[in-house]
Amino acid sequence: MKKTIHFIIAFALLGVLIGCGNNSQSKGKQGALGSNAAEKVYVAPGEYDEYYAFISGGFSGQMSVYGLPSGRLFKVIPVFSQDAEKAWGYNEETKPMLNTSHGFIPWDDAHHPDISQTNGILDGRWIFINGNNTPRIAKVDLTTFETTEIIELPNSAGNHSSSFVTENTEYVVAGTRFSVPIPQRDIPIKEYKGNFKGSLSFISVNPEDGGMDLKFQIMMPGFDYDLAHPGRGASHGWFFFSTYNSEEASTLLEVNASQNDKDFIAAVNWKKAEEYIKEGKGKKMPAKYAHNVYNDKTHTATSTIKEEVLMLDASELPGLVYLLPTPKSPHGCDVDPTGEYIVGNGKLSANLTVHSFQKMIAAIEAKNFDGEAYGIPILKFDDVLAGVVDQAGLGPLHTEFDGKGNAYTTFFISSEVVKWKLGTWEVVDRQPCYYSVGHLMIPGGNSREPFGDYVLAMNKITKDRYLPTGPEVTQSAQLYDIRGEKMELLLDFPTVGEPHYAAGIRADILMKNSKKIFKLEENEHPFAIKNEGETKVVREGNVVHVYMSMIRSHFSPDNIEGIKVGDKVYFHVTNLEQDYDVPHGISMIGANTSELLIMPGQTETFLWEPKEVGVWPFYCTDFCSALHQEMQGYVRVSSSSSTLPLSWSLGEE
Amino acid sequence: MKLLFKFTFVLLGFLAILSCKNNSPTAAENTNPENLSEKSSTKVQGQAFLKDDEATANVLDIAIGSPDHTTLVAAVQAAQLENALVNAGPLMVFAPTNEAFSKLPEGTVENLLKPENKEQLAFILKHHVTPGKYDKEFLKKFKTLGQASNENVIVEVKGEDVYIGGAKIIASIPAGNGIVHVVDAVILPNN
Repeated sequence: MKKTIHFIIAFALLGVLIGCGNNSQSKGKQGALGSNAAEKVYVAPGEYDEYYAFISGGFSGQMSVYGLPSGRLFKVIPVFSQDAEKAWGYNEETKPMLNTSHGFIPWDDAHHPDISQTNGILDGRWIFINGNNTPRIAKVDLTTFETTEIIELPNSAGNHSSSFVTENTEYVVAGTRFSVPIPQRDIPIKEYKGNFKGSLSFISVNPEDGGMDLKFQIMMPGFDYDLAHPGRGASHGWFFFSTYNSEEASTLLEVNASQNDKDFIAAVNWKKAEEYIKEGKGKKMPAKYAHNVYNDKTHTATSTIKEEVLMLDASELPGLVYLLPTPKSPHGCDVDPTGEYIVGNGKLSANLTVHSFQKMIAAIEAKNFDGEAYGIPILKFDDVLAGVVDQAGLGPLHTEFDGKGNAYTTFFISSEVVKWKLGTWEVVDRQPCYYSVGHLMIPGGNSREPFGDYVLAMNKITKDRYLPTGPEVTQSAQLYDIRGEKMELLLDFPTVGEPHYAAGIRADILMKNSKKIFKLEENEHPFAIKNEGETKVVREGNVVHVYMSMIRSHFSPDNIEGIKVGDKVYFHVTNLEQDYDVPHGISMIGANTSELLIMPGQTETFLWEPKEVGVWPFYCTDFCSALHQEMQGYVRVSSSSSTLPLSWSLGEE
Repeated sequence: MKLLFKFTFVLLGFLAILSCKNNSPTAAENTNPENLSEKSSTKVQGQAFLKDDEATANVLDIAIGSPDHTTLVAAVQAAQLENALVNAGPLMVFAPTNEAFSKLPEGTVENLLKPENKEQLAFILKHHVTPGKYDKEFLKKFKTLGQASNENVIVEVKGEDVYIGGAKIIASIPAGNGIVHVVDAVILPNN
């Protein structure tokens, strides 16, 4: 009886909740209409979005380009993963881009994009992104929206606190998540403490051509390095890294890495590092890492294995690194647009800890230390603390800024974005996220001058937000208008892969630089042809090179004979078009690779190894023109002992 | 026990008022940060209101389904913490029974359930939640746990029993997004 009554009460309770819930839901819809959320995200046909958003694909290994506020997807830029649609990592030209010291790797976990800056302002020249798993940093050229450089990082593992740029893109900076034996060696895992080390990599960027070079690394204690941000303004010259596992545990980190009440934010003085290098204090250390560069003239990538890195040891070089105690395994480590405040998002905490750069400098000058870790001074928590945002939510993860004195923090556990004021630390507004939000992004939020119109929340879970598609449902981002005092949820939109983090920029900065075609006369591909008269087929033993062209609406040549079973046939195909948005594709029956998708003026190559005699067709895979369906050809394959000479033709009956 | 019934009914009535409060147009215009989460959207949407008959019950489902935890569930709803309890977590909830609540000095629960004490109630409830998922045996490895309230609680082992902040674990129910440990006392924060 008692049980029944309890049951009834519980049921009634639930009923009340659901009943009222439904009422308010319809009210919510009225509210959205009342506020014109739909109008705010509607970009009429033919109109442009205000912002580009570059959203990393997480485990997809790629980066996608969206428009804001519409949430429309424009392009998936292949970075670390093979992409059959664009032949990335399939054609002969881009295979070297995915080369590493471990050989060819067709995938990585892409996390944190960051756009290049000049004087602390987004210049829109390049966007950088890190590969977590096999540590790499990639650079995407924002005139072609293609990946043009990938550099591997030695002495790093789980390249997570990456890839963030300094104010003038002097460096792209990358910190290791996992500490490992440096150099790698065969030792018991239990000997972690003291033997495993972290490394922070500083990759210089040539201001002229964007060329990257691993300038130096800093050897750090064996903590986990989670996220990072550069100083700006007064704190330019410093870089801040959040750490966890200062316990140096090697197993069951969920328990063992949460024993210390505080971990650290490591403040690294990279200008000091440059001084030490000038003084010859860096040590050259053997290493092995790939440096892959794509050339827009040859349309071809080269991969070089490098064998040395310059190392600075933080334990031996005073003034290089200081440790700022920060509660509860901080994840996000974010610097406000003025460069004064460094926000630590302690992910197991309910509070946000904000450090002051000025107070940090004062404490360093006063030599007011609270001990040291492996020779690195630890500052006193109270000496560097600017303020605490108290009980702001559960599980703070990442903070960005609107440039108007407000900060926006995501809370994973309580699944919300919280707006608070810098300086007073008061919470101004909170809005729920659907669901379990990770990073957020305000276009320009990592710079001195954020564009404070929108914040994009990137969620880890969607559950019931979209039409279901079996156990795997779409990933999603949510757009909020932050122009008013209160945030307003405008839009949910699906994303490609996990929308781990993003970078955004005003559209007009990029669109004027976007390339339309590759100029044919500038094509330096060794197998390029500039007109149909140059087409030919050349045999070198069992290797055959086909110098082929494509233009609306035929291939030249389109009939080839004299190919034999066992040959390695390379189709080097040049798109002779010089018109905007006229790519052509090509695919050969039985070729063990993807199609090619070739832009005007570009040359790409695929390999075909015919296994059977016969006459085999190829065709254009991109609907290029009214006569697209006529764009096709044949290759005659004879037996391996055939003596039929090579011949090729177009339009000969 | 009778008293508890009465109490629950009072609570029910109260809740009915509270949850329907959003219908009044003034609620949405409330600008007090403490009441911000009372906006209609936070109240009715979110994973807590998602029906799912295939996946393992989450910690909130378990609490709602338990006849011994009606007070706790009422408190969670009054503090509007439902959506936090259905998150991916993992979450470890120390769930005081109705009896545990009734051991508090008379009037305490009623007082906490008043709208003006919502923050305090939320704080106390968060003191019963740990990010993590550990069974009773495994909890013996810990000396303290860091709670969602931002305070630590002490873990003590007495014979076969495990005490969290002085409250004894009397049963444990694994959940889809964590684990519920039923405890015989309310764990009060220092603060």
